Amino acid sequence: MAEKEKREKIPRQPMPEQDPKERGKNFNEVPYGYTPELAQREAKRCLQCKKPKCIEGCPVGVKIPEFIEMVAEGNFIAAAKKVKEDNSLPAICGRVCPQEVQCEVLCVLGKKEEPVAIGRLERFVADYERAQGVVELPEIPPPTGKRVAAVGSGPAGLTLAGDLVKLGHQVTIFEALHKPGGVLVYGIPEFRLPKAIVEAEVDYLKRMGVEIKYNYVIGKILTVDELFEMGYDAVFLGVGAGLPVFMNIPGENLCGIYSANEYLTRSNLMKAYLFPEYDTPIARGRNVAVIGGGNVAMDSARTALRLGADNVYIVYRRSKTELPARAEEVHHAEEEGIQFKFLTNPVRFIENEDGWVVGMECIQMELGEPDDSGRRRPVPIEGSNFTMDMDLVVIAVGTGANPVITSTVPNLELNKRGYIVADPETGKTSREGIYAGGDIVTGAATVILAMGAGRQSSTAIHECLISKG
Amino acid sequence: MFKILKKREMADSTVCHFNVEAPLIAKKARPGQFVVLRPNETGERIPLTMAGTDPERGTIDIIFQVVGKTTALLRTFREGDYILDVIGPLGRPTHLEKLGTVICVGGGTGIAVLYPITKALKEIGNHVISIIGARTKDLLILEEEMGNASNELFITTDDGSYGRHGFVTDAMKDLLEERKDVKLVVGIGPVPMMKFVCKTSEPYGVKTMVSLNAIMVDATGMCGACRATVGGKTQFCCVDGPEFDGHQVDFDELMKRQAAYLKEEKVSYELFLKEHGQ
Ligand SMILES: Cc1cc2nc3c(=O)[nH]c(=O)nc-3n(C[C@H](O)[C@H](O)[C@H](O)COP(=O)(O)OP(=O)(O)OC[C@H]3O[C@@H](n4cnc5c(N)ncnc54)[C@H](O)[C@@H]3O)c2cc1C
Ligand code: FES
Repeated sequence: MAEKEKREKIPRQPMPEQDPKERGKNFNEVPYGYTPELAQREAKRCLQCKKPKCIEGCPVGVKIPEFIEMVAEGNFIAAAKKVKEDNSLPAICGRVCPQEVQCEVLCVLGKKEEPVAIGRLERFVADYERAQGVVELPEIPPPTGKRVAAVGSGPAGLTLAGDLVKLGHQVTIFEALHKPGGVLVYGIPEFRLPKAIVEAEVDYLKRMGVEIKYNYVIGKILTVDELFEMGYDAVFLGVGAGLPVFMNIPGENLCGIYSANEYLTRSNLMKAYLFPEYDTPIARGRNVAVIGGGNVAMDSARTALRLGADNVYIVYRRSKTELPARAEEVHHAEEEGIQFKFLTNPVRFIENEDGWVVGMECIQMELGEPDDSGRRRPVPIEGSNFTMDMDLVVIAVGTGANPVITSTVPNLELNKRGYIVADPETGKTSREGIYAGGDIVTGAATVILAMGAGRQSSTAIHECLISKG
Repeated sequence: MFKILKKREMADSTVCHFNVEAPLIAKKARPGQFVVLRPNETGERIPLTMAGTDPERGTIDIIFQVVGKTTALLRTFREGDYILDVIGPLGRPTHLEKLGTVICVGGGTGIAVLYPITKALKEIGNHVISIIGARTKDLLILEEEMGNASNELFITTDDGSYGRHGFVTDAMKDLLEERKDVKLVVGIGPVPMMKFVCKTSEPYGVKTMVSLNAIMVDATGMCGACRATVGGKTQFCCVDGPEFDGHQVDFDELMKRQAAYLKEEKVSYELFLKEHGQ
């Protein structure tokens, strides 16, 4: 008891990070991560609850208190291995999971003071292991002779592939793009998730035996049925929610108006921020408006800032309390000088003679009655229109289901928004042998939920494959 | 990695033809579809319509005009070299139907895109009249191939150095005047040309298909870089196209969007020329 009280006395350890003024000019990662000392100190705060609540909040059930105990004792490598028993991408999750609404929100310490910084510790152990260059492979059982195809190399597909090779199955991932990772590589920027980390985690999977085929747009070069003909015993669809949603307002196709997907893909996947060293160009605006209030909007705004904008605005039709982005992202954006225009909605874009956007007419909004989502519905205030000068606009109001693959799988049940209907426990779809998970089932969600779905489908596929003998 | 098996330069070395090993794409591709390629690790992704495929040999043909850094870089590739990424087949195939008399109009490297479509239209029994044009004689490509793929072939050059003196649209207008049985026009070339092909055919009420070469990034419908306004609605050229009813296309918008990166393209190209000592 005495010992526990002592532990509680330590305050939550902040993670050192780049100065906001400096980092607004570079693409380097914002936080530096814990030092071993900071990590141990933070780990000592954990109460080691008998019935740990935190694990319940983790979609993949990482044994949180066990690994934290190892960190407290200084056994960092053992801690990393412990995390990896349940999570094959810990360096990524430690960085991008919304821990504040998952594991950390359930931490008992959080009732009185601040919860244990589980995410920062997860990140620390994964980084520590990688830096030591001792990322050992788990033992792989003898081959079962079963073959599984995963379509899409986002977190859902990667997790599924890792799980199944560990069980002795042969897994091939078919990826449409030329790099693995899905949103992790084309969407989330370098300053939040260094691409070298994604590469290292994917490398680990490859070393375990996962095969990845790039430049395969399934539905075009091969259909899912052809994958079965090629001898795959099961197919997992983890193709994400890769369809940009536009606002359908006048002037939206002007030059200088990007979907967030395009803006971030140019910058991240194609490395346009390094133009002309890399060939892909990206428009650099002085006054940039990002429409939307989610993580994607924050990432776009902070990218625009780093690409040299003088003013970057987040234009959001509701108020600050409704912002869907993680608090930490909003905080980072504010620190860097991103300006928020709440209760504002664009109604049309204004062009110059070359077809470039030069301005945006907006209307002021107010909050009315709650809508289906439970949030108060924004309603326009008549006659409140005003214009803002803008030379770059990024539209980050959401994504939808891309029909490239789903339209080529006969009898695959979709919901009315085009997402795949799949059993929430197993990922089973209406077609035998076809499983699905991640954003293509749930709509745009989170990395860890996509991983959880990959995990569930891998279990279901494994059971089905061994029962068939 | 995709190996270049054959390379040939055409049109006064302004145009380059690669025969590339890509067995799966060759097997799947249909006329009108395109590939995206990325030459090397620092390269950009550019769409190129396939000028032909050989499913048996497992090869595809791509023909491109050297217009900037990426195409200039590609031209430095030799037989036996590898293109880092080739993605395809992408886009919807051409809708092929036996209609009767069809006019195929091609300008510049658009002729390369037009060629497999022309061939397919003739093969299913249409009477195909082709009109191909270039600025001057030396820049005209695929004359022989287009001749073989068509029932009748007309040639125009802007400077009168070969064939009829004038634009493809001049020849096309005369044909539409003469022959009242034309059921379809397919026009592929630079955007201004396609715009005028559509303007020319419109009064005759003849359906006109065009292939839009918008700027693309992923070419799987994920980014919207390739959006164009067709019939007042936004369409993604990479997945909804590349072929559209030309009478519905907002060509002026497309031209502006194609020019969006002229400044950057110039920077890139000049840097390339400097690095290559040109
Ligand atoms: C900018 C941005 C920031 C985000 N920030 C966070 C964050 O901080 N924290 C968080 O938890 N979540 C975040 N998310 C959400 C999270 O990234 C996604 O929920 C998650 O990546 C979904 O994983 P997935 O495996 O379902 O699909 P994706 O990551 O979308 O991967 C799908 C893959 O499938 C490929 N594919 C698609 N179609 C085909 C086809 N026909 N054939 C072959 N391959 C195909 C795609 O190219 C892609 O690589 C963010 C999303 C974005 C866009
Ligand atoms: S090129 Fe990205 S959607 Fe067409």
